[in-house]
Amino acid sequence: MAVEARAGDEFDVAVVGGGLVGIATAWGLSREGCRVVILDEGDRAVRASRGNFALVWVQSKGLGLAPYAGWTIRSSNAWRGFSDLLKQETGLDVSFQRPGGFHLCLSEKELEARANVLKRLHNQPGIVDYKTQILTHDQVKAMLPDIGPEVVGGSFCELDGHVNSLRLFRTLHAALNARGVAYRPSHRVENIVREGGEFRLTTTQGEVRAAKVALAAGNANMRLAPMVGLDCPMRPERGQIVVTERLRPFLNHPVVTLRQTDEGTVMIGDSKEESVDPSGLTIGVSATEAERAVRQFPLLANVNVVRTWSAIRVMTQDGFPIYDESQTHPGAFTVCCHSGVTLAANHALTIAPMIARGALDASLVAPFSARRFHVQAAG
Amino acid sequence: MFKRLADKGPAIAITVDGKTVNARAGDTVAAALLAAGIDHCRTTPVTGAPRAPYCLMGVCFDCLVTVDGVGSRQGCLIPVRDGMKVETQLGRREAGR
Repeated sequence: MAVEARAGDEFDVAVVGGGLVGIATAWGLSREGCRVVILDEGDRAVRASRGNFALVWVQSKGLGLAPYAGWTIRSSNAWRGFSDLLKQETGLDVSFQRPGGFHLCLSEKELEARANVLKRLHNQPGIVDYKTQILTHDQVKAMLPDIGPEVVGGSFCELDGHVNSLRLFRTLHAALNARGVAYRPSHRVENIVREGGEFRLTTTQGEVRAAKVALAAGNANMRLAPMVGLDCPMRPERGQIVVTERLRPFLNHPVVTLRQTDEGTVMIGDSKEESVDPSGLTIGVSATEAERAVRQFPLLANVNVVRTWSAIRVMTQDGFPIYDESQTHPGAFTVCCHSGVTLAANHALTIAPMIARGALDASLVAPFSARRFHVQAAG
Repeated sequence: MFKRLADKGPAIAITVDGKTVNARAGDTVAAALLAAGIDHCRTTPVTGAPRAPYCLMGVCFDCLVTVDGVGSRQGCLIPVRDGMKVETQLGRREAGR
């Protein structure tokens, strides 16, 4: 029977952050038998999990840190089982599909740059086979019949997929609720201390105690990690998305900048702006996204746009995930990454069990410690 | 269900799903459909539920129809024109139409 722990109760793990990273981790911890509390901010918080593009994406991941490619593929491979488990628990289908995905190029120069990126990626020592290939216009057209004449080619990776990420968000919360996991909104964590073998978290609504702490607060990990002797350098980035009315299915594969959802809308996105107001939106960026989308798929030219939005990406300093355990505050962990949708299966099924056991498995996640940032300058 | 208060304006003819429907110049497409007793002009994209013109002022988007081959037009904002071809929009719009 599900029993929610009451205020003042002690928990095995306090997960700080109620976005996709936090709730996937919390769900995994609950499956391991932990009593979990999720401490979230209020509705005015910057919510990356509500604004994301919903790809479960492999191609391009890992240039500069080869193990990230293997880590991403591990999650991509675990995603089907993850979504099946969620469906068994909640009856909700998050519409995970892995038909393979495209990166489309609108000039020979773009295609050459794309091929070079993939070559550099594949040439890294220890890289896993990515199954990504460069295709010509005709080869792309055979799979995406509606591309325009300006698409000179692109890259295709059979491991790429997508999901209904808002439904994933709802589904995880439904599963957590059914499991009796305590979700506490409007509990912004102000301070964390370790005392008498447990953590005391000061929130805007009182103190919460837990044996362990998992920091999954996105960009706010930068503020929280030093409280438990960890480091989590972030550089928030704004992205914008344009959404069309619902259309009959015409796109059988997601494109990195454009995908058709299970309910028919087309999402157009993938812009990147740094050092900008989280609540603003740059009209010119939306216009460029729409213009490129129409060149890729001319049939979109007269389609109605029903929504646009901007959202802040969670982005570590170098773009790769950070998983750490504190040396000074045993039992404190960071779980932080950009790709909270793609890596949700790993967070639920691989990271959460490690936290439940009390130690990260170095053979899997050592490359993702923030210690990689602590390189002394040559002097 | 609806009755005209006065038959003002010259009579014109449009087609709705290929059938001739009489209207008056100055009618919106939505008004002409309602006056002709047509009880729904589209079905919704996800559940396929029937929808008819509702707010008649451009806000609710329930009167979406295909007009002269262009999908998702708001019937309440478009004046009828003699010979106009209106089609019921079934579910999701087809991109390119």
